[in-house]
Amino acid sequence: MEFSEIAKLVAERFGERVVGVVAEAIDPWIEVLPEAVAEVARFLRDEPRLRFDFLHCITGVDYLQTDPKRKIEGQPRIELIYHLESMVHRHRLVLKTILPRWKDGVEGQLPEVPSVCSVWSTANWHEREVYDLMGVRFLGHPRLERILCPEDWEGHPLRKDYVMPLEYQGIRGR
Amino acid sequence: MAVEGVDPEVAECDVRTDEILINMGPQHPSTHGVLRVVLRTDGEVVLEATPHIGYLHRCAEKIGENVSPRQWIPYTDRMDYLAGMNMNLGWSLCVEKLLKLEVPEKARHLRVIIVELNRIASHLVAAGTYGLDLGSFTPFMYAFREREKIYDLFELVCGARLTYSYITIGGAMADFPSGWLEKCEKFLNEFEPVVDELHALLTDNTIFIRRTAGIGVLPAEVAIDYGCTGPVLRGSGVAWDLRRDGDPWYTRMYEGYEFHVIAQTNGRYPVERPGHPVPKAAVLGDCWHRYYVRMLECVESMRLIRQGMEKYSRAKGGIGEPIKLMQKLPKGEVYLETEAPKGQMGFMIVSDGAAIPWRARARSSSFCNLSVLSELCRGCLIADVPAILGSLDIVLGEIDR
Amino acid sequence: MADFLAIWLPSWLALTLAALVHVTLILTLALTAAAAFTWAERKVAGRIQDRLGPTRVGGRFGWLQAVADGLKLVSKEDIIPRNADPLLFRTAPYVSFCASFCVYLALPFANGWVAQPLDIAVFFVLAVAGLEVLGVILGGYASGSKWSLFGAMREAAQVVSYEVPLALCAVIPVMVAGTMDLVAIGNMQAGWAWNWLIFHNPFLFITFFIYFTCAVASVNRAPFDLPEAESELVAGFLTEYSGFRWSVFFMAEYASMFAVSMLAAILFLGGWNGPLPITVWLGLAPNPATGYEPHALLAYFGNFLGMVNILIKATLGVLLMMWARWTLPRLRIDQVMTMCLKYCIPLAAVMFVGTMIYLYAFPVGLIFRSGGG
Repeated sequence: MEFSEIAKLVAERFGERVVGVVAEAIDPWIEVLPEAVAEVARFLRDEPRLRFDFLHCITGVDYLQTDPKRKIEGQPRIELIYHLESMVHRHRLVLKTILPRWKDGVEGQLPEVPSVCSVWSTANWHEREVYDLMGVRFLGHPRLERILCPEDWEGHPLRKDYVMPLEYQGIRGR
Repeated sequence: MAVEGVDPEVAECDVRTDEILINMGPQHPSTHGVLRVVLRTDGEVVLEATPHIGYLHRCAEKIGENVSPRQWIPYTDRMDYLAGMNMNLGWSLCVEKLLKLEVPEKARHLRVIIVELNRIASHLVAAGTYGLDLGSFTPFMYAFREREKIYDLFELVCGARLTYSYITIGGAMADFPSGWLEKCEKFLNEFEPVVDELHALLTDNTIFIRRTAGIGVLPAEVAIDYGCTGPVLRGSGVAWDLRRDGDPWYTRMYEGYEFHVIAQTNGRYPVERPGHPVPKAAVLGDCWHRYYVRMLECVESMRLIRQGMEKYSRAKGGIGEPIKLMQKLPKGEVYLETEAPKGQMGFMIVSDGAAIPWRARARSSSFCNLSVLSELCRGCLIADVPAILGSLDIVLGEIDR
Repeated sequence: MADFLAIWLPSWLALTLAALVHVTLILTLALTAAAAFTWAERKVAGRIQDRLGPTRVGGRFGWLQAVADGLKLVSKEDIIPRNADPLLFRTAPYVSFCASFCVYLALPFANGWVAQPLDIAVFFVLAVAGLEVLGVILGGYASGSKWSLFGAMREAAQVVSYEVPLALCAVIPVMVAGTMDLVAIGNMQAGWAWNWLIFHNPFLFITFFIYFTCAVASVNRAPFDLPEAESELVAGFLTEYSGFRWSVFFMAEYASMFAVSMLAAILFLGGWNGPLPITVWLGLAPNPATGYEPHALLAYFGNFLGMVNILIKATLGVLLMMWARWTLPRLRIDQVMTMCLKYCIPLAAVMFVGTMIYLYAFPVGLIFRSGGG
């Protein structure tokens, strides 16, 4: 199925919760509201015409201007990108959602998004990774723990404003 | 009368089994690197296996957003260090897709030859170490002997034996040296009988079959649900190979090539070894099938290399120029997956128009393949854990990045 | 020998001296064998794996490799884990070592060449060889490591189970021979190769292979090396051992490998008798047909040839074990137990009954001349 048809189906079903459809990008994407992610995901997987049964990857991208020479477009934010594929119908889709960098703007409060763990088991470890490195809390995840960094690590390294700790367990960091 | 300090239940029935929590790794001979698996066992029976990863985390993605794409290439081949060429290719193709840069015909065939050679090398390690996991040392030596020959070929091409940084954005770093194709041909001729030797040592060995057939059965739906790819997915009977089913930007590299997607569909493999049917004990999706898919893929890769060599020598022109080290990238987001030996290796680049990407992302195939381990290990024996782990063929460098 | 010395010396001194001589001889032989086998193992493994094996230490064939290995092991740091039970941890290797070396006390190397002639030698050998497991269990238990404990438990399960078919298989030739005296069993098989017990009847022929399988399993060699399965249990009961203590375990393993091979040679393969009655032709051994008795010196030389004979046979057995080790993958613990309980024991029992019926049907045998005792 072509991207435009998929986008139309999703938009019909979720109405205003689909925020944007960008068809002209190299990998065209659909953007949805964070709170609708799990629902959209389930629809994408279960709808017989779509059947997105395979989740490739969950990527978090942090948009924050730290370098005066590299301007970002729009507000500081975190984008979550889900790459989906249907092995049955052989079509691909990129699902996007935009989160604030901190929940309610309070520094240190991780932004929240519903987990898609129950839709694709792949998400289990990928969400843990995003939580670990990007600092996004996935609601409903069975075991949201750090996966690549040690359990007692502080901060989320892939955030743009992350600074390496001076010391970790007596080991010099910087 | 109850004895003080003794749990009355224990005192009452003195035969009670206790669960043991046992730590497999990070220093363990068969975890294929620094993986730690916490096993909760009742005697020899594993009740739960929890993998803990991250011991080899080298912040590759963070580095990726601080260097230019070409500078990141050496970091990619340190991910799956057993198939560095495939990692280089994955990243190069991803950036090329962003740049809309097509490599010349000759470079395309060169890439196929190199990448398929590395696939054989990687599968040889997988098969060899799998024998090791099951207590058979000799196939390992046979496999590594052949791998050495492949590495000699790579050394001739780029000077490195493990971390090549050879395939690069816009082509490759250098053309084949003169006489290389003949050497490659010689290797293929030598390698062909070795595959049969390995089959005789492992595949058809009764003990090997008993240790692997019916163990760690991964049904196709579960494999897809967990995002398993590569031989792990194909071992479950899903004929899915990105070289055929992938992104057009990737599949056109294999345009004009003939090869089979190795997976058992409708009860048979596309390639069969005469006189050696699939053992009756083997269940689709078990360790034996995962291993067998790799072995058959080696032969398939040889076919591809032979075709590639022929096409390469007929192709006119050069192999293209690599892009400039600090070339400005167009704005955009691109995700591309390639079929690496371990599975689908995905790279993503998010660019804001500068020379240095805003975000570089690597989707590791072993990462997803490993996540299914706890599912497979439930209720197996301790001796099966290395067997299952080995059949998943993971590389920790790729998992932890 | 004690009787010989007692002519000049008080009996207690004679006994002690004789014992010392015997023990020294056996210890030397067993230790040399262990050293030679470590070298041979590496060489065999190398050749099987398409490489050379040791080539440097001691010249062309690396024949000093075993010495170099020994030196390295002895000079290693002696480590006792904090969680280990120090006394048991230290004792364990020697328990294993003693058990496997005591076996040689009753094993004859030639006609009458035995440290302690015993009427119940077969019984003694099997009983003492079974004691080796104690040291392993002790070591695994005392190490204070879970992997070691797993190794010890596997050893306990496996070796104790395999003692049963092993003993059953050993009983069959004993039944044919009618004696447990290994010297007598050996002498019985003198003459041509078809006098060997393995060719006595079809059941014994099969029994030999069951015996050998069980022997491999009871000395923990691949494909039955589960107690130390390095890819599963790190190193099993050996996980916490290093240096000298580890090498003691190692020597015990080689010693018992050699012992079971020797027992196989005596029970099934004619012991010190070659396939052709050469010693009889040369007048080095008594000829029952003519009533010829060789001179003591000639008999001594004949016995020496016999010893070479049995050592060759036992070495072949060990080499066979090495070949299997470097070719086959390891079985799983449940498969090992299944094999013992479901195949080896019933088969051995059938062979036992079969031989019994055979002996009853053909009391003098078809080709076996010496007959039952």
